[in-house]
Amino acid sequence: MPVRRWWERGQRIPGASSARGVGVDAEQWPQVARDVAASGGVLLGLWVSREPGGDAAVYGAYLTDPGVLLAELALPAGGQPPHYRGLEDIFPAASRLQRAAFDLSGVRSSDPDRRPWLDHTDSYAFVRVDGEGVHEIAVGPVHAGTIEPGHFRFSVVGEKVLRLEEHLGYVHKGLEQRFSALPILQGHRLAARVSGDSAVAFSWAYCQALEGMSGCALPMRALWLRAVCLELERLANHLGDLGALGNDAGFAFGLAQFSRLKEDLLRAVSAAFGRRYLFDTVVPGGMAVDVSADAARALAAAVRAVCAETVELRTIYDEHEGVRDRFTGAGRLEPQLAARLGVIGLAGRASAQARDVRVDLPHPPYTELPVAKVVHQDGDVAARVAVRFEEAQESGRLLGRLLSGLPDGERAVTVDAPADGAFGVGLIEGWRGPVLVALQAGPQGSIRRCHPHDPSWQNWPALEYAILGNIVPDFPLINKSFNLSYSGVDL
Amino acid sequence: MSVTDWITQVLEVVVALAAAPALLGWLNQCRAWLQNRRAPSLWLPYRNLRKLFHKEAVIAENASPLFRIAPYVVFGSMVLAAGIIPSMGTRLPLVVSADAIALVGLFAAARVFMTLAAMDVGTAFGTLGARREMMVGFLAEPALLMVIFVASLISSSTALPVITEHLASGHLGLSPGLAFSAVAFVLVLLAENARIPVDNPATHLELTMIHEAMVLEYSARHLALMEWAAQLKLFNYVCIGFALFLPWGVATGHIGPVGLLVAIPALAVKLAAAGAGLALIETVSAKMRVMRIPEFLGTAFLFAVLGLLVHVLLGA
Repeated sequence: MPVRRWWERGQRIPGASSARGVGVDAEQWPQVARDVAASGGVLLGLWVSREPGGDAAVYGAYLTDPGVLLAELALPAGGQPPHYRGLEDIFPAASRLQRAAFDLSGVRSSDPDRRPWLDHTDSYAFVRVDGEGVHEIAVGPVHAGTIEPGHFRFSVVGEKVLRLEEHLGYVHKGLEQRFSALPILQGHRLAARVSGDSAVAFSWAYCQALEGMSGCALPMRALWLRAVCLELERLANHLGDLGALGNDAGFAFGLAQFSRLKEDLLRAVSAAFGRRYLFDTVVPGGMAVDVSADAARALAAAVRAVCAETVELRTIYDEHEGVRDRFTGAGRLEPQLAARLGVIGLAGRASAQARDVRVDLPHPPYTELPVAKVVHQDGDVAARVAVRFEEAQESGRLLGRLLSGLPDGERAVTVDAPADGAFGVGLIEGWRGPVLVALQAGPQGSIRRCHPHDPSWQNWPALEYAILGNIVPDFPLINKSFNLSYSGVDL
Repeated sequence: MSVTDWITQVLEVVVALAAAPALLGWLNQCRAWLQNRRAPSLWLPYRNLRKLFHKEAVIAENASPLFRIAPYVVFGSMVLAAGIIPSMGTRLPLVVSADAIALVGLFAAARVFMTLAAMDVGTAFGTLGARREMMVGFLAEPALLMVIFVASLISSSTALPVITEHLASGHLGLSPGLAFSAVAFVLVLLAENARIPVDNPATHLELTMIHEAMVLEYSARHLALMEWAAQLKLFNYVCIGFALFLPWGVATGHIGPVGLLVAIPALAVKLAAAGAGLALIETVSAKMRVMRIPEFLGTAFLFAVLGLLVHVLLGA
């Protein structure tokens, strides 16, 4: 059955611009996944909800051409422990999601890999590579720099990497349970902190789901301001990454210059919004802060200046022999492999996976503001750098249009808590990729269940492939070119 | 051997010990300025050494005595090397004990101890760094020897002070053979002192380190000695460069206080120029992939051989 049929059968889910949910039985559950895969769709997220009574449901969210398709498989409490068929053979990224879902809910999939993912009670059984001259290098979870914790186990011969295995979950903090203890109108604050570098994307996705469920119509001004915040977040992160990538190639000049540009941008953001990083600007019903006309003009000027300098720096990066040598060909993720692994977001676009929610499933204000999708084919560090450079320019262009054409109106309207049992999803293209928030309302304005999904889930496994055949000292550079979130997947 | 010769000898070692951290501090300052950053203090390396000497040493439980003595051996080798490199005067009493080839051997001995100590504790990073260090070493040493041979052929001696005296007394300007050698020497200097483009002394990425990976397990006074030794090594290499290619200002023959009055400022000026030059090289280059290091040092060797050929063919 083609994916269209599932789509037509589905019921509209409030929130994201185009989302439908379909209830499936145990036989249809893998069939939906197969049909989505056959039509070129990808897995967006997979999670399990379990009621105190023992009733459980497993959800698979897919990004398909018509929109977000959510398959729900109910697993009623019975004599047998709940169990469902794993999707790891159809979508490799499902494996870790299923293992994490088991750790959180106790609902087991048929995945043969039964190692705990978030639960670190027992020592982790890494896959061992045998052979003459093979040895292991264990890196992390504590690193020499101030970065998030994660463990990487390399099996190497000489300098060449034969296998890399990641072990994450060191910053598991029980986010989903914490959500359930919050009033639904307050959850956006926690959502912003799922992965701090994507604060706007997560809080917008949360608010999108919530506002959809409440049936609240947002003023255009609020939506435009949200887009301003989202693009500022994208631009700031891209600038930071471009500097760090130069530094990891031993080109400290790049770090110094991009750090300066990022600082200029953050100060301009601070002048306009009263905060350097845009936590808690996006709130249910609109925006927590408004921007005056003067502040918008000043911000636009700052963005223009930053983007103009970025163009110059790109020339330096492109023409510097040493930098080019380090970037080109390093950590190549072939388009075919990227498609098979379901890589999404920025890393996907660098490997010819042309998906961008702002373009494919535009929501206001992107419906009025066409975004140029940036896609590269090479899949190496150089391609991911190029995508960042071009997206930074595109964000700069969008910011120019957004800030010069801010519609008049209210910055926010009041939102009522949705009815008990209401279900919504939010989908926003963050700087790293599409951010999904699935939200279910509980009684009296509480949250029954909230599942935030970071695109890093899909892309972490791809890093294990991108490093193959590269040399050990190139790993930090390749890792940085993906720059995936630990906090966002450790939940 | 007169008293002033001994004074010069002692002074050279003392100046090397005292000025080596400043050379690194100056290099870091220049790097910061070239990158449009505000520079750290020139005295930061001194403060760092003082801090480390005041800390309590933590040593891995499975460390052998080799791990403990290596910092002293490495540091001692660098001090001894400073004694036989004519940085200010050429009449050095210690020189009769070691020529330029012995100097290369001294560096090699320090390297062996350092790599053994790095592997001693058995961490993956130490071994990784030691392995890379040996790769750099076995490629850099022949190139360095070749450079010294060119100078030796010109001055018919392998003793550094004799070479320096000979070159300083000659016409101003490099002979073509020496010019090629000078290029080779700069490449070797960058590789041997863990500078960009071969190694990145400022990195926090364990997987990419060479020199830093070897000293990761050291702390307190041991780390201080290792760092001071690394600073001395840089100082020594720069001074070898001066002795071979820029011998001007070095007091030749028996010198009195007046000779030293010229030699000390001359050394300071040359060190400042060398630090700025190195900072410039490091700023405009990126770190190369580890697999390119053999090419880089192969180029150094090639330049040194070219220097030798040019010298033999042109007789210059």
